[in-house]
Amino acid sequence: MADQPTAFERFVQGILPENPVYRQLLGLCPTLAVSNGMKPALTMACSVAFVLLCANVVTSLIRNLLKPHLRIVVFTLTIATFVTIADRFLAAYLFQMSKTLGPYIPLIIVNCLIICRCEVCASKQSVFTAASDALGQALGFGLALSSIATVREIFGTGMFFGIRLLPSAWPDWVIMVLPPGAFITLGLLLGLVNWIGIVKSRRSVND
Amino acid sequence: MAPSPHILNTANTTQRMMKDVLIGLLPIICMSVWLFRAYAVKQLIICTLACLISEFLFVRMRGRSASLGDCSAVVTGIILALSLPGSAPWFVGVIASMIAMGIGKIIFGGLGMNIFNPAMVGRAFVMIAFAQLMGASAYENMTGLADAVSGATPLSALKFSGSAIKISELFWGVTNGSLGETSAFACLVGGLFIVLRKTASWQIPLSIILTVTGIAGITDIAGSHSGEFLFHHLFGGALMFGAFFIATDPVTSPLTAKGKWYFGFGTGVLIMVIRLFSGYPEGVMFAILLMNAVTPLINRWTTPLPMGEA
Repeated sequence: MADQPTAFERFVQGILPENPVYRQLLGLCPTLAVSNGMKPALTMACSVAFVLLCANVVTSLIRNLLKPHLRIVVFTLTIATFVTIADRFLAAYLFQMSKTLGPYIPLIIVNCLIICRCEVCASKQSVFTAASDALGQALGFGLALSSIATVREIFGTGMFFGIRLLPSAWPDWVIMVLPPGAFITLGLLLGLVNWIGIVKSRRSVND
Repeated sequence: MAPSPHILNTANTTQRMMKDVLIGLLPIICMSVWLFRAYAVKQLIICTLACLISEFLFVRMRGRSASLGDCSAVVTGIILALSLPGSAPWFVGVIASMIAMGIGKIIFGGLGMNIFNPAMVGRAFVMIAFAQLMGASAYENMTGLADAVSGATPLSALKFSGSAIKISELFWGVTNGSLGETSAFACLVGGLFIVLRKTASWQIPLSIILTVTGIAGITDIAGSHSGEFLFHHLFGGALMFGAFFIATDPVTSPLTAKGKWYFGFGTGVLIMVIRLFSGYPEGVMFAILLMNAVTPLINRWTTPLPMGEA
């Protein structure tokens, strides 16, 4: 495996070139469900970052012990361990937020983003590379989540991080904090990201 | 029967159809302007202008030449305006128009490609986004109009307080409601015109009205309402307007004759289910949007087999 990306490449790729939400379309369930405000979105992003980092490091440490036909089970159990830790931690120290996020923290177990990184990177590369990959992907996920949450919270409630941003004459677009708003916002932002990509590649061809 | 293609009239262009629809909408526009005065004029101007501007902008964004000449944006704007309550503030009409054109139509590739009726997409968006400005109370806050049109809409009144009004008032349309829905008479006149001109299919309105008559009639008899329930559901809400002008949109309704019957039947059933069992007093918009979603399926099921196959 000579041509695996280096640790730095892994880190950079996760943020924008292989952004988990906008490029790989992974982990869309929490993306749609908890992005109606910045606070839940950032809590979710931090939980995912914690689980992803720990799962990637552990998987990378035991990568020589993995048996091909059992690897998915091992990944899932590893992830489930850290999700339980994150879930209990939130319930203990951020009870209200834990209530708001409801089942979506336990559901990180089935977030395909994490299992994808275990499979693609951690089970094949060193601990350092796996950790920087996890950080890059987590940053990318956090960026995507907060971009969607920014649009939805400002349009839907006129607030940002719970602080009034727009004048009170602003009519709240209730639909934006409801599920349809999540789909519409994700679709439009996805289109925007693709459009920027096209414009950029055109420019680099012309140059 | 001659072999296909059966082209009777080569002048059957989009523009001609849209002009027919505009002529068909005239009696309804007149009725709503007479009934709601400035409210109707304001809403019609806002929605039509906003639809034209958004169509122009979004088509430009896709890098195509503007397609305002086919009049479809005007039709969407007017249908949208007529489906809104007169008291809705200006931004409701503007946002609804932008959503109708952008997310309802251009994003799918423009006229002929859209899955859902654009006007109804726009209306559904503002309906959910601004529930307070679009809900039952929006109809009761209009000042300066006759008493008959300042109360609750007929279907709301029937649903929430059980009070009925005279059937003749319902039919002629001296009642409250969304701008274009009040007069069943005006909708029938305009609707018959576009059906006779073959701009709209006759199967869809007929099957919707028959289905609603059937279900409302049974409910009427079962609840011993002596007719006012049936006529409220036939003439009271947006049924006539929706059946003739919204459900018959040729882009979002089935192509085959059999499919049109299924489409109308499904729409009618959904209208009555939403009216009778949901929190909303009116269900024409959601019923049509839901049936738009299954239109490709209906088309596939009812595609006639070519001679010699099967």
